[in-house]
Amino acid sequence: MGHKSDIKLIVDGKRTDGRELDQLREVEMKVDVVNRANGSAMVRFGNTVAVAAAYGPRELFPKFMQEPQSGILRVRYNMAPFSVDDRKSPGPDRRSTEISKVARLAIEPSLFLEDFPKATIDVFIEILQADGSTRVTGINAASLALADAGMPMRDLVAACSVGKIDGQLVADLNGLEDNFGETDMAIAMQPSKNKLTLMQMDGVLTKTEFDRLFKLATESCKKIYEMQKKVLKETYKRV
Amino acid sequence: MINMMQEKDSDSASASDSGSANPREPSIEKEIAEVAKEHPEVVREVVLPGEFIADKRGRKIGHGAYVEGEKVFSKYLGFPRIDEFEINVMPLSGVYIPQTGDRIIGVITSVEISGWFVDTNSPYLAFLPLSEGVEDFVDTQRTDLSRFFDVDDIISCKVSRVTKSKTVQVTMNDFIAKKLYGGVIIKITPTKIPRIIGKGGSMIQAIKQATKCDIITGQNGVIWIRGDSKTKAIEAILTIEKESHTLGLTEKIQKMLSEG
Repeated sequence: MGHKSDIKLIVDGKRTDGRELDQLREVEMKVDVVNRANGSAMVRFGNTVAVAAAYGPRELFPKFMQEPQSGILRVRYNMAPFSVDDRKSPGPDRRSTEISKVARLAIEPSLFLEDFPKATIDVFIEILQADGSTRVTGINAASLALADAGMPMRDLVAACSVGKIDGQLVADLNGLEDNFGETDMAIAMQPSKNKLTLMQMDGVLTKTEFDRLFKLATESCKKIYEMQKKVLKETYKRV
Repeated sequence: MINMMQEKDSDSASASDSGSANPREPSIEKEIAEVAKEHPEVVREVVLPGEFIADKRGRKIGHGAYVEGEKVFSKYLGFPRIDEFEINVMPLSGVYIPQTGDRIIGVITSVEISGWFVDTNSPYLAFLPLSEGVEDFVDTQRTDLSRFFDVDDIISCKVSRVTKSKTVQVTMNDFIAKKLYGGVIIKITPTKIPRIIGKGGSMIQAIKQATKCDIITGQNGVIWIRGDSKTKAIEAILTIEKESHTLGLTEKIQKMLSEG
């Protein structure tokens, strides 16, 4: 993030991969990809691929973690060793632990955890290929997996990344833009309620830039929400 | 570009399948698309969590929906059920959560002094008190309760009480409740049980007759089967679970049952 370099990220109004400033990468979404899970989904944004699997509600062990009045949500975000160019050592590191936590906080408000006292809902997010914006891709997959699993939710959660590269505000950062841009921001929200559940920012923005970037983020999230709704409706349409 | 799980392993008709087969066979997709074009009223679309269903207008809200002000939204991915008295959503899939009055099939997990613990195929263990399990007086000082129900016994029982913190009590004091001897149990998605039973019991009767098996279904997704052709019965049931949304399922099952 914020390496000084000679790389030009925007040339003639187009980004390195030919996209417009507010254009998302090619998106692919599928549900029910992990048979044994209660619910699962795969989401791909360009070259970033995340698979999420949801289990539960199920009995929670260790017992001391049980909440008598409410269920709990556990999220594990993990990057596969082959997901990046330089092999990532397997197992949780500090970054994965943080992302697991923010992903949980982004999704938790959507779930009716009070419907399952003493139980747990476990969500596993595996990043199979990383090219920027892995946490938001993971959250999008997790939200679909939870709906697929039949969890009661207030709304789906849609997430996306936005940022400032070469002084311009853009949506859906790829790996290059994330590493060499000036600012990146990750947002997650409950789109139909217009409620924000995650906001993280790294970099520098003026207040005006922030307001514009936030607007771009919410618009992009709403586009992603439409795609999430479409994949669920198309997959489970019945005659 | 990673080639992601293009083919779903359709051989693994495991009981923990979360719902409809995905991706569907291309021929089924084509058939559905054709019917959808001719008769748009027949295609049912699911509602999604957070999707607006209807205005409340004084109606009762089922446990599949939630209210914000006067507006009712769906809690689940499922099908809405709306009439003049109630608004509810039936989820497509999900784990069984015990509710009072449910008739379930349970498995005894432990024998205690004054009752038994029962596995209900849910995150919650149920308790069967002695007074609800046995009619006659039992002297707990001298009797080992495994005389009546032992570990791994299968019982058909009724959920008599579920508290807010999901402490569950079951009872054998019900006209259908009994210990089930022999046989095996399989577990399917609880929301598919009505499909296994069929309209007026037609589907399950067909399976019972063709396989000459005793079959009892529980609302918790557990099905007990006893008989020589139980494998055939199990195959039929798992097929219904997996393909419950497809056209011509009834005919397919009938064909399956009449063949070897």
